[in-house]
Amino acid sequence: MKMSNKVLTLAVTAMMSVSLLAGCGDSGSQTVSTDGSTSMEKVIGTLGEAFQQNNEGVTFTYNPTGSSSGIKAAQEGRCDIGLSSRALKDEEKEAGLKETILGYDGIAIIVHPENPVTDLSLEQIADIYTGEITNWNQVGGQDAEIVLIGREAGSGTRDGFESITDTKEACKYRQELTSTGDVITTVSGNPDAIGYASLAAVKDTVKALSVSGVAPSEAAIKDGSYVVQRPFVMVTKEDTKLSDAAQRFFDFALSAEAAPLISDAGAVAAN
Amino acid sequence: MKHKKQLLETVIHGVFLILGLITVGCVLLITIYLVVAGLPAIGKIGLFDFLLGDTWASTETVPSFGILPFILTSVTGTAGAILLGVPVGFLTAVYLAKLAPPAIRQAGAFAVSLLAGIPSVVYGLVGMMVLVPAIRTLFHVPDGASLLAAIIVLAIMILPSIISVSITALEAVPKEYEDASLALGATPVETYFRVSVPAAKSGIAAAVVLGVGRAIGEAMAVMMVSGNAPNLPSLFQSVRFLTTAVASELSYSSGLQQQALFSIALVLFLFIMLINATLNFFLKGSQEG
Repeated sequence: MKMSNKVLTLAVTAMMSVSLLAGCGDSGSQTVSTDGSTSMEKVIGTLGEAFQQNNEGVTFTYNPTGSSSGIKAAQEGRCDIGLSSRALKDEEKEAGLKETILGYDGIAIIVHPENPVTDLSLEQIADIYTGEITNWNQVGGQDAEIVLIGREAGSGTRDGFESITDTKEACKYRQELTSTGDVITTVSGNPDAIGYASLAAVKDTVKALSVSGVAPSEAAIKDGSYVVQRPFVMVTKEDTKLSDAAQRFFDFALSAEAAPLISDAGAVAAN
Repeated sequence: MKHKKQLLETVIHGVFLILGLITVGCVLLITIYLVVAGLPAIGKIGLFDFLLGDTWASTETVPSFGILPFILTSVTGTAGAILLGVPVGFLTAVYLAKLAPPAIRQAGAFAVSLLAGIPSVVYGLVGMMVLVPAIRTLFHVPDGASLLAAIIVLAIMILPSIISVSITALEAVPKEYEDASLALGATPVETYFRVSVPAAKSGIAAAVVLGVGRAIGEAMAVMMVSGNAPNLPSLFQSVRFLTTAVASELSYSSGLQQQALFSIALVLFLFIMLINATLNFFLKGSQEG
């Protein structure tokens, strides 16, 4: 009796491992966990949904915590793939992390739709955010104080914006909000506000400015003429092999099949 | 039979003891954790620089961790909310407890409990969509997200606790006191303000302290209306409270920054302890008086 039980358990275990190795999806316990950048929510959500449809039985999870904590999660092994909307820092690469660029995201400079200003140069944007330009009439707008809306310290969008405009540690924010949606809502409610947000998330409640004459668009981001852009990065560990399911998602995200999904979500696919 | 009953008593006694200990244990755990997690950063930054430094720039290459702006904002924000909320709440309580006809009284009490049940994120949302733009146009300031917006939201949020505790205190005043005052020829309003209110004063004081506790501990609603820039408090400037300082940076923080956020939580915890001690003092006073 005891013996046959043992044999049965062994047989079941063997069968399960075979099915796991074969990778056919009915083992039910396979998960791909991702963690990180809130700006990548739309892209990852779209990709994850498509991936789950093609791979039945695989559970895909996304934990929107922010780029830095996503990188940390990947490093500590708390997720399969970390998501970052900034390139890895040198010390992060030294810690054994590897970046794979999934696509590019334009950061839109947004103002209220009633604001007459339609174009700013990168220098003007930097001057506005460092407090050298304080009134809209200095850049061709109405006589009104500019209200600077930004993101909180640690946000990938803030880091991306400040490194592109070279305004790190010099921005004089009026408001530091904790999500892309908050920034858009606040700018849409204040005619004198200026803010920055991922282009993928920008709706027509706000107006996206062109930068040095180039309007933010997929083509302009891909050919590099729209300069306020940053990479969307998948972060993995150099020395650890991804689980079978995670590897399949990783390959899928970089495939030609995923490219239209990424552009549907408002970003520009790398491949 | 008797033995069995006694055994049952002991068992139930034990169950209650364990349940009680869980509560005490939670408090102890939180206290110990906060002290252990919060002290190292204070040690590294220096108590003086931490509490009295006026610059908070936690992610810069040379970071500074001064929380004076947060402390002053929390104190002025709470004081402002008390200044606005207490008169309104106190007079509402006097009206509902003493003057209002039963139907209005019931409706009033219902509205107050409903107000207490509204989640703070809803207060924040309404504040963000209605109050912030209103302040912008009304006071002709470039941006409405400010200390003033936070004070108004907090004042409304503390009303329910002030009103309901004050009503309870006013109702506990023996009817004989009021009867005596009325018999001596005082009008009802004179009676309520000269007799009932002084007799209930420690209960009303407790209501105020409770309001202070609620205001200083609120995070979500003020985060949505105050702008979150770490400025020294000024009525029309964007400010950051002790609570929102922890909430807005914790998810992305690491290293000393994260430890400093725990230290802020520790400071906040000490504030709340102080308020609780004051509350206990007043409640004790009301029992003796």
